[in-house]
Amino acid sequence: MTIIDDLVTDNEAASEGSIAAGNGVLGKRLLRKEDPALLTGEAVFTNDMKVPGALHLAVLRSPYAHAKIVSVDVSGALAMDGVLHAYSGADLADQWAAPMPCAWPVTDDMKNPAHFPLAATKATYVGDGVACVLATSDAIARDALEAIDVEYEPLPAVIDLEQALADDVVIHDEIGTNVSYTWPLVIEENEGDCQKAMNESAHVVKERYVQQRLIPMAMEPRAVVAIPQPYGGDMTLYSATQVPHILKVMTALTLGIPEQQMRVVCPAVGGGFGSKLNVYAEELLCVQLARTLKVPVRWNEERGENAQATIHGRAQIQDIELAADENGKITGLRVRLIGDMGAYLQLVTPGVPLLGAFLYGGVYEIPKAFDFSCTSVFTTMTPTDAYRGAGRPEATYAIEHAMDALARKMDIDPLELRRRNFIPKESFPYEAYTGLVYDSGDHDKAATVAEGMVDYAVLRERQRSQNVEGATKRLGIGVSTYFEMCGLAPSRVLASLNYSAGGWESATVRVLPTSKIQVVTGTAPHGQGHETAWSMIAADKFGVDPADVDVLHSDTAIAPLGLDTYGSRSLPVGGVAIGMACDKVIDKARKIAAHQMEANEDDLEFSGGVFSVAGSPDKEMPLAAIAFEAFTAHDLPDDVEPNLEVQVTYDPPNFSWPFGTHICVVEVDTETGHTDVLQYVAVDDCGNKVNPLIVDGQVHGGVIQGLAQALYEEAVYDSDGNLQTSGLAEYLVPAASDVPPITTGESITPSPTNPLGVKGVGEAGTIGAAPCVMNAIVDALSGLGVRDIQMPASPVKVWTAIHEAQAAPNSQENQ
Amino acid sequence: MIPAAFDYARAESAEEAISLIGQHGDESKFLAGGHSLLPLMKLRLAQPTVLIDIGRLTDLSYIREDGDVIAIGAMTRHMDVENSDLLAQHVPLLAHAASHVGDPQVRHRGTIGGSICHSDSASDLPATTLALGATYVAQGPNGTREIAAGDFYQGFLTTALAADELLTEIRVPKMNGAGWSFQKFNRRAQDWAIVGVAAWRRNGDSGIGLVNMGSVPILASGVSEALSSGASIEDAAAQAPEGCDPTADLNASIEYREHLARVLTRRALEEASSS
Repeated sequence: MTIIDDLVTDNEAASEGSIAAGNGVLGKRLLRKEDPALLTGEAVFTNDMKVPGALHLAVLRSPYAHAKIVSVDVSGALAMDGVLHAYSGADLADQWAAPMPCAWPVTDDMKNPAHFPLAATKATYVGDGVACVLATSDAIARDALEAIDVEYEPLPAVIDLEQALADDVVIHDEIGTNVSYTWPLVIEENEGDCQKAMNESAHVVKERYVQQRLIPMAMEPRAVVAIPQPYGGDMTLYSATQVPHILKVMTALTLGIPEQQMRVVCPAVGGGFGSKLNVYAEELLCVQLARTLKVPVRWNEERGENAQATIHGRAQIQDIELAADENGKITGLRVRLIGDMGAYLQLVTPGVPLLGAFLYGGVYEIPKAFDFSCTSVFTTMTPTDAYRGAGRPEATYAIEHAMDALARKMDIDPLELRRRNFIPKESFPYEAYTGLVYDSGDHDKAATVAEGMVDYAVLRERQRSQNVEGATKRLGIGVSTYFEMCGLAPSRVLASLNYSAGGWESATVRVLPTSKIQVVTGTAPHGQGHETAWSMIAADKFGVDPADVDVLHSDTAIAPLGLDTYGSRSLPVGGVAIGMACDKVIDKARKIAAHQMEANEDDLEFSGGVFSVAGSPDKEMPLAAIAFEAFTAHDLPDDVEPNLEVQVTYDPPNFSWPFGTHICVVEVDTETGHTDVLQYVAVDDCGNKVNPLIVDGQVHGGVIQGLAQALYEEAVYDSDGNLQTSGLAEYLVPAASDVPPITTGESITPSPTNPLGVKGVGEAGTIGAAPCVMNAIVDALSGLGVRDIQMPASPVKVWTAIHEAQAAPNSQENQ
Repeated sequence: MIPAAFDYARAESAEEAISLIGQHGDESKFLAGGHSLLPLMKLRLAQPTVLIDIGRLTDLSYIREDGDVIAIGAMTRHMDVENSDLLAQHVPLLAHAASHVGDPQVRHRGTIGGSICHSDSASDLPATTLALGATYVAQGPNGTREIAAGDFYQGFLTTALAADELLTEIRVPKMNGAGWSFQKFNRRAQDWAIVGVAAWRRNGDSGIGLVNMGSVPILASGVSEALSSGASIEDAAAQAPEGCDPTADLNASIEYREHLARVLTRRALEEASSS
């Protein structure tokens, strides 16, 4: 039964968590402006575009995980009616000015095999493009793929990460190894402190966790339309992407197109979760073929193609050792990762484990006895890259699942163990063992709120009475806490991590002559509701109705500056830039108002969209009048330029640090292995909330995605490297009917890092949910001797774990 | 997800449908609700050259009482089976099982006849009608014949229907107050059952249909015989996997399927015995 409570769909609903400012619109649960067009089908997605004369691209994909391409014969396709062109990878090998981009060379000696839109000599995963066709319709193009004759010489697949490390089969001959890089992060007062903690601490738990491969499965697969201008070489690329600005630069560089001639536009985009944070082969193929053939070229991804040819996420093996003193206070932490890069490095593939590296300490006081290292390997599977949370859910899972293992070992309550290690509220801002400064936090509060919502003590009592010998429905209670590194990112920090770009965001705010407002943002929404939230920020500043604010985005001709949407950055970086730009517009308007009213600027008050002179109630001037004065420029102060428009680029001084506590209750059917999530409570402190309705939506969706990792989703490959879960019947994305009741709780600790006090919330739910659910399942079954279960906890896996634990001779000792 | 090219013909009557399939032969298929056939075509696992659309044969959409049986037109949508008062009164097990088919969109388009003709052993309605001892009415160029459910399912996605026969009616005996239960075990609500059990019990009689325990829907007659000779529910249910031939897939090993068949049969019989 589906019950998502807490959904208020009434714009008149009372505000909560309001940010003290302007007209009070901030903090209200306004319905999203975006939704009517999306819900009525009016919104135009890339593949909805009507483009007369466009040729349809279809890509022939390797059925082998690893194979030499001996020959490609496209003549059969070319002979078909409606097929205009067909190319092998070798045919197009001279078309690329540079290989496909990887923007994150994490170490100086990182191995990065050259990667081109079509493979010419060797296919290295099932789904790797080896040839393509251009035809007058999508159907003809896809039929024509069957007429292309490719001779392959199959080679052994490399699916297992430890086997990949062994280099028995080397995938990319030119680099001579499957290891891309090893990236260490050792933080110790004195060399050997971590080992010392492992040797000398009262309690040490040593665990191995497998972060299974996940397929992001955005509801809208990818789609591309490339339209060349008839003269002069200008090119417009329409793409279902979440990174139009990055894509513009990278397309220009990869294809040798002068950047000023490239324009990227994202029509409505139906979800991304990081999978559209990339530069893909099909985008480059469409642009380059459109450019050389001087005709529009389009491509639309099928669902099964999406599963194979769009990036996957997670895919790590984590070995974690956690040491604690007799009271459970953490004394040392060691982490060894093997990261599965897949067949190639995509845009930020190698950086994903680094984003997590700083969060293995969770919300706890960790001494400088930390030893982390990640070795990342190539495999013959779809490339991995950033997927909702990108490294941070993996890290949080490891520390939170290990904390539960420690609590079991010490036989103390997992919430109590966490409390003993929380960074105390008074310590913020807190310089962590990594050197990063957590700007704010109140972990005890978030935990206490969550604890109260589930009536934790009563639950534990109920668990004791329910989980008696012979019980077939066992209750489990799962707790997880998290700190998230959001608001990507301070540019200087990115420099220290070898990332090739900055982390700033741009906003332009313009008051039109009729006093309507345009906000131009460099963020690229693909479902998040930026049009609503950004208009609320501006409406609040100017004292106007959000309906009078229009948000322009996702077109590099309209919003030329920006770094797009990912890493829960849009509000704490892009939204903050908008607030700052509004303030600067108001400053300018104040000068004009002072001039017009012959008053001193310092005596002017701005409230409800009106400037008034303190002490002279009859003297006032609305923003509308000032906007018109600024436009006509008939009577402006000498040092003031016409028009009310300001552009701001904001580079955050720190990350933002959302945190929270999730608690869930599960019932595991020991006869079938089925897990029923009875209750889920999420307390996510994301600082001030611009629109709590959108925050709740992000938390609900995030929790479901994290729960999906715990219970349902896994990209399964067979030993030959065939993806066995390329459809939605096999890859189990939960539907509404599979969602448990989710209740969100309130904790607001404003960020001191930015003037809005906001932190970002896009990834929080996902980060908290997977460890929460898995902790609950193990909690339900530990009394039967089950030590752990790897994700996803499918019924057959749970049933098998119970069976094995019961069969083990020492099962009672494991309790 | 673009099917291979095919031709399309729409039938205005059952007779015309049968005549059309006779004309077009083996490579043609009837299209009813399209919720089994079209996905296979989109994946190009099925590539019929002609689709004969029987979607307009509204006279085959009905649920009516006919003496000791309830007669259901083959074109009746799952949603109508689920919500039928007549079925709720006389064959509640079938109405309930229909509510577990796919998701609401599927149930509004998919038909009981289509599901039975597709004869997927993982589908809910073939095993349920088998457990209920249903009879299927087939119409061909030379008239109609009745096929017992027990004789209908001949192999993986293969039925006793001749190539030019159209299933027109499903005749289900009234349950006459029998206790019943439908146990569907899956990971997501919309999925096919990993294992499912449809069971009824009345005095010494019972019928147990197993979903996804082999290449065809299975009547667990061993369980019924054990029950009628006085075995306990637990002991009878232990025989559920006998005669089954389940396969392993991403969701289940063979051993696990057999285990589930025992557990779910026991639960189904317990529920059927208590109602």
